[in-house]
Amino acid sequence: MVLHTLNQAPANAACMASALAAMTAQDTLLLIEDGVYWTLPTFASQLANIPGSVVALAPDLQARGLTSDAIESVDDAGFVALCVSHDKVVSWF
Amino acid sequence: MIFSIVVQASPVQNQGAETALRFARAVLAAGHSIHRIFFYRDGVQNGSALSCTPQDELNIPQQWQALAKQHQLDLVVCIAAAVRRGVINEQEATRYKREQWNLNDAFELSGLGQLVEACIQSDRVVTFGGRS
Repeated sequence: MVLHTLNQAPANAACMASALAAMTAQDTLLLIEDGVYWTLPTFASQLANIPGSVVALAPDLQARGLTSDAIESVDDAGFVALCVSHDKVVSWF
Repeated sequence: MIFSIVVQASPVQNQGAETALRFARAVLAAGHSIHRIFFYRDGVQNGSALSCTPQDELNIPQQWQALAKQHQLDLVVCIAAAVRRGVINEQEATRYKREQWNLNDAFELSGLGQLVEACIQSDRVVTFGGRS
């Protein structure tokens, strides 16, 4: 079980493609910083096919005026908890 | 659990350093310990004592210093990445014949071996990156 963090906006789709290629069904993808723009409805279909689960960092959503009903969000404490519940953390940037 | 944090983002160009700072606070608030925070690539700019942030903005280098003081954190700046970016301490200023130095006292210059050691000693290593 690996926690993947991704901080790149959809403008850098190659970063997301690399992350997805490395993910398995047991992994979690945490969208942080500009990565939370992937929660916009226009990208929903792309996120639907991700192996594993997708989570977004709440303070970064809030800073950008985004709300994600479809995607679960966690605060900073939740980010730490995800690090604990996964074996390792891989950062995509 | 023992955490180490790698900061590869400068405090001004990307959000990575600020996210790392928030994460470090959350790690400590959850009762975990931080073995080391390693500043690498453009992240070495976090160690500068000379950055002046507008008063209504977060001074991230200063926040690292305050957090380190409060929790006795080991803030290590990669020496090879730092000297080429002009982030040096008194010892390196002497070595490279410079008249000034700017590394804040809360940080120490050391090598990649400290990153390897942190990976061995820690249960989790979390990297915060920035594109340069």
